Amino acid sequence: MNTHPKQLLVIIGEATLEKFLVRDIKGFGAHGYTIAEVRGGGEHGTRDAEWEGSRSIRIEVVCEEAVAEKIAEHVIAHYAKNFSLSLYVSQVGVIRKDKY
Amino acid sequence: MDPVVLFFVLGVVARLVKSDLRLPEALYETLSIYLLLAIGLKGGVELAKHPIGTVAPQAMAIVVMGLLLPLLAYPILRFIGRLNNFDAAAIAAHYGSVSVVTFAVGLAFVTKRGIAYEEYMPLFVALLEVPGIIVGILLARLHTLKSVHWGELAREIMFGKSVVLLVGGLCIGWLAGPQGIDPMRGLFFDLFKGVLALFLLEMGLVAASRLSDLKKSGPFLIGFGVVIPVLFSFIGAGLGALLGLSLGGTTLLAVLAASASYIAAPAAIRIAVPEANPSLSIGAALGITFPFNLTLGIPLYFEIAKMLHK
Repeated sequence: MNTHPKQLLVIIGEATLEKFLVRDIKGFGAHGYTIAEVRGGGEHGTRDAEWEGSRSIRIEVVCEEAVAEKIAEHVIAHYAKNFSLSLYVSQVGVIRKDKY
Repeated sequence: MDPVVLFFVLGVVARLVKSDLRLPEALYETLSIYLLLAIGLKGGVELAKHPIGTVAPQAMAIVVMGLLLPLLAYPILRFIGRLNNFDAAAIAAHYGSVSVVTFAVGLAFVTKRGIAYEEYMPLFVALLEVPGIIVGILLARLHTLKSVHWGELAREIMFGKSVVLLVGGLCIGWLAGPQGIDPMRGLFFDLFKGVLALFLLEMGLVAASRLSDLKKSGPFLIGFGVVIPVLFSFIGAGLGALLGLSLGGTTLLAVLAASASYIAAPAAIRIAVPEANPSLSIGAALGITFPFNLTLGIPLYFEIAKMLHK
């Protein structure tokens, strides 16, 4: 199967940030995103999703490397200081390269 | 103790003994939507029976109280608690705003004892949600007012789910009137106490988890979480007596003044004042004040209301 290299940017953060992150992701030119509700813990304590204040989300964006870089830089500059946030990228192979 | 409070205690105990009990998140969401709507609807139906001329001056006085409470809390947090500006303002916002569920338990308290109250009081709950949060944000941003995106914030504060559901319920109840709401009575009014009990079981689990947040912040916030509600309840009860509310109404206004928000305020403050440490405000509001109000506070505020009501 023929695949084409793209970046998978994953952002895990507080659910409060969802609309801001989505706005940023679209603003930097990503074609799409997927959001899942998740639970976990880290330096900001346990985020158990039991009520509004402890919900977390995972946003996945498949895009060009340059776009992933811009989004990640923006997110770190604006939110990393005050919000619990985790970001990572990996290379993935997509089947339809024009979709992303 | 009202049996609904025992459900809360069960939740706390389950968490403290590390039980694997966990209510699905979707159920928490459903129950909280139900409670907010039901309280709004009930208030709306009653509001339709009263002339605006009677309710409007009371409503205005109550909004003024909502603006004043965080201004009283802030200097205590800042200068006695020695908290930084952001944390002090954020906590002040939580204590200036109100907790709908504490109000619901207060309702159960007065209803069980057959004490009359102004049944349109949910209007006051809706009115008291917002002013405290706005004052808290202003306190946090006093030096950098230009950097606040008020349009975005206004949407966050005014159209957060608790305000939308309470005000929406009030409007529907007011427009539909008692006959219109009658077919829904079974769901929204008769089941209310059972749903409240289930919700409080969940809140017991949540409140007990928040207690660990307070270990780091020391004894000040624990004391604050108990003393401030009692002080504020005098203000609420005093205002209730001054406005000529019934004993039940005075008690409920004391409960509202004493309660701290954990739905509207955390969501708005997290966005408006991200520098504030949310575990402090939520730890105090949910870990200390909410359980205190449910168990000891409400009976105490009833006594305070009786004292001031004479």
